[in-house]
Amino acid sequence: VWDACSEAMIVFEKDDLDDMGYIVENDVIMSALTKQLDAVADRVEVFYRSRAVRYTWPLPSHSCDTSPWVQVELADGRRLQTKLLIGADGHNSVVRKEAEIKNVEHQYDQSAVVATLHLSEATDNNVAWQRFLPTGPIALLPLSDTASSLVWSTSHDHASELLTMDEESFVDSINSAFWSNINHSDFIDSAGAMFRSAISLLKPSGTAVRQLPPSIAKVDPESRAMFPLGMGHATEYVQHRVALIGDAAHRVHPLAGQGVNLGFGDVACLAHHLSAAAFNGSDLGSLRHLLKFETERQRHNVSLIAATDVLKRLYSTTLAPLVLLRTWGLQATNALPPVKVRNLLQGCR
Amino acid sequence: LSLFRFTVKRPFSTSHSSVDSKEVKKFQLLAHKWWDEEGEYAALHSMNDIRVPFIRDTLLSMSSNYHLGNPLSGIKILDVGCGGGLLSEPLGRLGASVTGIDPVEDNIRTADRHKSFDPVLDKRIQYKSSSLEEIVEESMETFDVIVASEVVEHVADLEMFIKCCSQVLKPEGSLFITTINKTQLSYVLGIVVAEKIMGIVPEGTHEWEKFVPPEELERILESNGFSVKTVNGMLYNPLSGSWGWMESTSLNYAVHAVKSGAWGQSHPTDAPSETDIQQRSATAGTAS
Repeated sequence: VWDACSEAMIVFEKDDLDDMGYIVENDVIMSALTKQLDAVADRVEVFYRSRAVRYTWPLPSHSCDTSPWVQVELADGRRLQTKLLIGADGHNSVVRKEAEIKNVEHQYDQSAVVATLHLSEATDNNVAWQRFLPTGPIALLPLSDTASSLVWSTSHDHASELLTMDEESFVDSINSAFWSNINHSDFIDSAGAMFRSAISLLKPSGTAVRQLPPSIAKVDPESRAMFPLGMGHATEYVQHRVALIGDAAHRVHPLAGQGVNLGFGDVACLAHHLSAAAFNGSDLGSLRHLLKFETERQRHNVSLIAATDVLKRLYSTTLAPLVLLRTWGLQATNALPPVKVRNLLQGCR
Repeated sequence: LSLFRFTVKRPFSTSHSSVDSKEVKKFQLLAHKWWDEEGEYAALHSMNDIRVPFIRDTLLSMSSNYHLGNPLSGIKILDVGCGGGLLSEPLGRLGASVTGIDPVEDNIRTADRHKSFDPVLDKRIQYKSSSLEEIVEESMETFDVIVASEVVEHVADLEMFIKCCSQVLKPEGSLFITTINKTQLSYVLGIVVAEKIMGIVPEGTHEWEKFVPPEELERILESNGFSVKTVNGMLYNPLSGSWGWMESTSLNYAVHAVKSGAWGQSHPTDAPSETDIQQRSATAGTAS
């Protein structure tokens, strides 16, 4: 991970730790999930190609003669009722809106461009690269020895340009984004170099040897796409008989690569609390254990979402003082193992 | 206060049943409030967090069968003084066949209506407006387990209540009781603070006179063919609204007792009390 405006960088190396993380294509995840669902088909029913069109919420418990469960009406007319409705329907969650849960949201002035790229030469492709350009971070995530996935967060205009330009220009833009030093200033470079010497006095092993990112040869034709970026956080994750997970509860900038991990974390936490509640014979829609899930996840998610937001803003500028701040910060973080390890563990959780 | 100085002996009871009509009236007024988890009965709702695991784990440790997903499957439970069904429902969800009885008809009505929306519970739980004595004749040695949670501090004749429990319980069946000790502390915290000051329990729910010290409960149990296996103190934290276990039984406590087996020591009072009960229930005007 490195800055476009200085030489500062941070390297997380595999020797210090066990597997840092895994990058898995979405299709592969979907396939694995489908297999698991088939294995529990006697207990889990999936209605593919279906859509909910209306939700009817239960009235307060002590005054109802109507069903105390949530009623769901599907587009094809079928009706379902449930003790617990889980909203996993993304950042524009209908469940959240219908449940009248307020959402704190903010649109970034950025869109992300994604694509599948082919490397110039086959390599031991096991390094994820991210460079913070003033317009936004560009990241290369390894898929195989010959291919990587691109996630380039940039201004809406630039994103549209990238999507419409021909494939050769697109590849050139990517390579230049990773290699160009156009944003460096002498001042920052000297200040950075001076800090680096200071660190090496205190800690001789200092910073690691610099590896180089791969260069791109071509892009997979149909794979280019873009989507707008924003930040969002639901004020409540749960209500009586309702729980929100994943992007329905929180939406984060891709720069930390944590969006889907937060969702997975939500799933694990909710499953744990529901399982404990079921073993106690509790009504699964009861707020008592749903609130435990909410507290646990909000505590974890809010700090990460806020930190990501701060990083995004910090790296969106070329202003010298802020560049210097983040340069020194990154260099320091790179030189001091405990901070790095803790950062990393936070990210991978 | 002289209240604390004399040892209270349970007054000789002339009632024909263990049901106290004053108690019945008290609960009638709140019959529709059972299922508001944050309402008058909030503390009872959160008590499920410790009493259900207590019952579940004790029963699991005593049996070798385990049905994944339905740990209490195949077990017949009698919930005496079931109220609105707060404890019957979780036990039903865990797989047990539950019969819930309560002398207050409105409670049974509330309980019946609440379980009717859940097709699984509807089949697993049966409610009946009745006192314990009234079902003895038709339910001799029928149940594997009896739970009497927050009940014995409301009954008129504890000795008879326990005798009836013994009669409807199968040999080696389990009896679970949760109740309140009779101490200075339970007066201050259980009545003054809980009822009058903090409103944790609706005012007038409890009478300190009827609280039962664990020693007395144990004595009555042991003299009626039960072997007391566990006595645990319970504590309610009003700030968090949650219950926990504690060493001391000076406030709330839970008891697990087991009825002696078919070949266990036969009790000299068994035969007479049986006919006694039958006579009484024949003439009993039930207090509901």
